[in-house]
Amino acid sequence: MNIIVCIKQVPETTEVKINPQTNTLIREGVKSIINPFDMYAIEEAIRLKEKYTGKTTVITMGPPQAEEAIREALAMGIDEGILVTDRSFAGSDTWATSYTLSQAILKISVFDLIICGKQASDGDTAQVGPGISAHLDIPQVTYVKRIREVNQGFASVERMTEEGYEVISVSLPCLFTVVKEINEPRLPSLRGLLRAKQAKILKWSAKDLGLDEKKIGLNGSPTQVVKIFTPAARPQGMIFHGETAEVVEKLAEALKKEIV
Amino acid sequence: MPIKIILEKCSGCSLCVKACPFNAIRILDKKAVIDLNKCNLCGACVSACKFKAILLEKTTTLASTINLDEYQGIWVFAEQKNSIIQPVVWELLAKARELSQKLKTQVSAVLIGNRVKEKAKELIHYGADKVYLVENEKLTNFLDEPYTEILVRLIRKYKPEIFLCGATSIGRALVSRIAVKLYTGLTADCTGLDIDLEKRLLLQTRPAFGGNIMATIITPSYRPQMATVRHKVFSALPKDINRQGQIIEENPLEKELKSRSQILEIVEEVSATVNLAEADIIVSGGRGLCSKENFAVIEDLAKVLNAAVGASRAAVDSGWMPYSHQVGQTGKTVAPKIYFACGISGQIQHLVGMQSSKIIVAINKDPEAPIFKVATYGIVGDLFAVIPALTKKFKEILKR
Repeated sequence: MNIIVCIKQVPETTEVKINPQTNTLIREGVKSIINPFDMYAIEEAIRLKEKYTGKTTVITMGPPQAEEAIREALAMGIDEGILVTDRSFAGSDTWATSYTLSQAILKISVFDLIICGKQASDGDTAQVGPGISAHLDIPQVTYVKRIREVNQGFASVERMTEEGYEVISVSLPCLFTVVKEINEPRLPSLRGLLRAKQAKILKWSAKDLGLDEKKIGLNGSPTQVVKIFTPAARPQGMIFHGETAEVVEKLAEALKKEIV
Repeated sequence: MPIKIILEKCSGCSLCVKACPFNAIRILDKKAVIDLNKCNLCGACVSACKFKAILLEKTTTLASTINLDEYQGIWVFAEQKNSIIQPVVWELLAKARELSQKLKTQVSAVLIGNRVKEKAKELIHYGADKVYLVENEKLTNFLDEPYTEILVRLIRKYKPEIFLCGATSIGRALVSRIAVKLYTGLTADCTGLDIDLEKRLLLQTRPAFGGNIMATIITPSYRPQMATVRHKVFSALPKDINRQGQIIEENPLEKELKSRSQILEIVEEVSATVNLAEADIIVSGGRGLCSKENFAVIEDLAKVLNAAVGASRAAVDSGWMPYSHQVGQTGKTVAPKIYFACGISGQIQHLVGMQSSKIIVAINKDPEAPIFKVATYGIVGDLFAVIPALTKKFKEILKR
């Protein structure tokens, strides 16, 4: 089985801090990591390969330094890495990103399964995964929390819903987006780390993919950001001190009109 | 490159430096300089510049060739489960009405399901002028492909200028697929919607970077302008059974009903009976609960308040609560009227999932816990004493 995992390099959110003077994000020195949800996608791909044999490929679109994210995935046990990188990709929204990734996937050509994380922790859109399957015109199952079985061109999976889950049977090739519950990502082995360090990573540009410049980057993006601002800070709260009975009384009084 | 500084206009005031979320601008010799290796072309500097000294332009003609004037009206996707319209739909209809008054246009709902005609009337009672109704046995439950194909065809046929959908697990999967097929812009998880009347554009505001910044996004040259909208940010209109509207029945095409995925079984977990996203009140527990059994105090309070039960990542990873209850970066994002954080220290990963709640109540024994920084009300104390006392108090107040 050939599995493609799409990942994104994101800033480690815990370290995203706001400069109190300028009210802007401090990104200098912020560590970059693989998007947390993509770690589950990588792990699931490796597990499926271990179970059914085949090949795993990780693909990311990003600046040259996104190569680190690919090497990290290789260290965990992914077979091959592809970095889709080009200045002309800057300013891509989810339409242009999913278009670019889908064209790179077509260049890989042979695949049974594409796995993405449910969403990226910086953009939080959850739109790129379904966007890729739409561009490729393959079926999709989002919020997958368990892959039960892959057999004879079909997969049965559990899809998380607000109320519980659905058991879904889907024909391959298809795309899954996965949630945290699906597995626990492994740590890279020493051998993996060594292999990742030496591995050759394919780099594809817009030209390599033969992309239409009208459909990529800022040019290809239907949406446009017109304003970025910091949200109003929460007003200073009220902290109650004292005996339990007393503080509970005060809190209940404060909440009364919201609850009744 | 599509971005450049017009040196004659730049005063070196450094407003753009502050506005850049990517740290890509510096002032050199009293002029702004953009590091193109860092620039993401997001446009934050363009709106921050008071001297119109930054130009951001597309370098080719657009792929879009549509005539914007042909597109009229606001559509709301009426998501149903078990033939029950999801509450976020009422909220969207109310907001759509407000936007439609500014645009002087109509509000339509699209309802797909099986034997849901009665519900179409309800959509009119809550604010729709028209309801496009698509019924078929094979459309009883949501399936990505048939729902996408039907909506793509109806949108091409009727050409709405705006299409709104709840940011539910179904909504986010569905409209991502539709927007790609139609080649139009989609903004995820909006918390604010408004109209730029001059340009007749939908202004879509959403949190990014875990709520640390807000971005306003437009779709200037493609239609419809599509957005998914978070629960609970808008209020529904009261039901008006005298409201009149039109129901337009549309038959699905045979080829649209084909699906490469099939639902074999729908499992509803008892522990998730109160949907976190739709809950008005959430009572969440964290590491401070110390054990699975102790979650009973959280559940007791939740029961009295008719609230949903949430959990921090620490509590879920310890196996005290199922993952479906997890609030935070790798769990769910919620914004209830009241959020109780009990024994939760308030790591940033948790805060990004709940900091837009209207009222946050923190109960923690550590006065230095970061949760108190976002709390509307806080109690420093032992949660095993405070919460049962609070439960008892609310029982009295609510006579439950």
